[in-house]
Amino acid sequence: MRIDVLDVGKRFGEFVALDDVSLEVAEGSLTALLGPSGSGKSTLLRIIAGLEAPDSGEIQLDGADVTPARPQDRGIGFVFQHYAPFNHMSVRENVAFGLRIRKRPKAEVKAKVDELLALVGLTAWSGQRPAQLSGGQRQRMALARALAVDPRVLLLDEPFGALDANVRAELRLWLRRLHDEQHVTTVLVTHDQEEAMEVSDTIAVMHEGNIEQVGSPQQVYDHPVNDFVMGFLGPAVRMEGELVRPHDLRLSLEPENGATEAVVTRVVHLGFEVRVEVELPDKTQARAQMTRAQARELELGPGDTVYVQAPHKEREKVKV
Amino acid sequence: MRVSRRATLSLRTVAIGYLVVLLLVPLGLVFYRTFEHGFGYAWSWMTTPAAISALWLTLVIAAIAVPLNTIFGIICSYVLVRGRVRGRAILDSLIDLPFVVSPVIVGLALILVYGEGGWFGNWFISHGIPIIYAPAGMVIATVFVSLPFVVREVAPVLRAAGEEQEEAAATLGASSWQTFRRVTLPSIRWGVAYGVVLTSARALGEIGAVLVVSSNVAGSTLSLPLLVYQRDSQIGPAASSGAYAAAMELIVISLLVLVGMMLLGKRREEVR
Repeated sequence: MRIDVLDVGKRFGEFVALDDVSLEVAEGSLTALLGPSGSGKSTLLRIIAGLEAPDSGEIQLDGADVTPARPQDRGIGFVFQHYAPFNHMSVRENVAFGLRIRKRPKAEVKAKVDELLALVGLTAWSGQRPAQLSGGQRQRMALARALAVDPRVLLLDEPFGALDANVRAELRLWLRRLHDEQHVTTVLVTHDQEEAMEVSDTIAVMHEGNIEQVGSPQQVYDHPVNDFVMGFLGPAVRMEGELVRPHDLRLSLEPENGATEAVVTRVVHLGFEVRVEVELPDKTQARAQMTRAQARELELGPGDTVYVQAPHKEREKVKV
Repeated sequence: MRVSRRATLSLRTVAIGYLVVLLLVPLGLVFYRTFEHGFGYAWSWMTTPAAISALWLTLVIAAIAVPLNTIFGIICSYVLVRGRVRGRAILDSLIDLPFVVSPVIVGLALILVYGEGGWFGNWFISHGIPIIYAPAGMVIATVFVSLPFVVREVAPVLRAAGEEQEEAAATLGASSWQTFRRVTLPSIRWGVAYGVVLTSARALGEIGAVLVVSSNVAGSTLSLPLLVYQRDSQIGPAASSGAYAAAMELIVISLLVLVGMMLLGKRREEVR
């Protein structure tokens, strides 16, 4: 199912949540809406779901205008940040909810729910209440519940935001694998650039109610269209007025053509990588990232003089 | 904060002493006075035609007022918590009106509206539907004074439950009514249950507002609290015995309401 967002605008009082945003989500893709809080990403997701009505613009599913349709008529699955479990129902009843509403035959409901509980690894917990599950299990239950009705589109609002780091990493992998098996068009909202890069095949970077750039994770990382996207997708340092990635800075002990002289202030060993913090002639701080082998070769220590070479590649403009 | 053992003990003594002096002793005395001449004597006072009629009227009033205020209370909480309409603040404070206005004034106000010469009064009287000095007026008065309880119990629970579960139900295909019945209602059921207990207690015990709109005729417009009041204002030991017996009936009904709700709650807990 393809999703088209056409010139969607939304205000909350004076606050402009979405400033005439357009986006095309390809059939079967896993798209991440990435941005800081207040950038409008959750509002856009809720408008696609029909949980919020846009002030202007249109939402199309497979080319059909669904803007006035209620959420229950859109054929979507929605997963909330805080899972929104039905606390008075068992795990099994939660997953079965959508099928029961659709009055499917009992045997079919049972078979489908059993299959989904196995898929999310909650078969042993089917009789428990959501309150007895861990956060990760609750989120998997919420996913199974959303998938039970065979949604044409799966929408996830910060699905792993409230989980521990290791559970989060595990669920990300799991979601990616699930998507590769089921190919449901999926839109994921996140403020975590690592999550977006790891899980999605397309990233839409949002900022202050606008979509700044849309592209593959590699495209937006390597060819950001502006400073905001550059800074939001990963660490960036300012060299000669331009933002560059710390791992693109090259340090040498000998003066080179176009290199800037700097003084090392700190060397931090972070396992496989080494971070060298330097002070530039204009007293600004910058940091370079390198491998352990490179660092060993340079043998840098605080107070040493180094020459910093910035990559002078032309940033390709990618059409938004 | 750590409280010393002595302080805990004296606080406990104050709390228990307060309850004993103000609650247990008076109630215990009613119990004692009711049965001091034997159970049979008390029973004869409880089964006079006037007492049976009063018991019946009290139950009928509660049976109308409690469901009405429960349904209204749930709808009203919904509007207050989930509604996006203007004037919610006004509605919010209006609901507390029965709490702050003296019940006697409620009765007088009802006479002004439904009594002879009142706004709607003449219409009702000319159509042969007496409201004031009739059971209908007593029902209206009771509905009025017991109105805020369900709203005040349900609204905070509804607010705490949040909107996410309802949104989740909608995305899963549930209609508004299905969402309400299967998701919202179960999550607020304890608030509703407690609100019903409080509403029932108030409806069974109300006297001030009801006194004003009742004709106070035994056998037709005397509810149990009014019967207690009337018997108690008469002179003589027999009248007092009647008052105590009627009061005992009222106490037993109230306790039954409380126990019934507890059992209901327990059974629901087991079903969960």
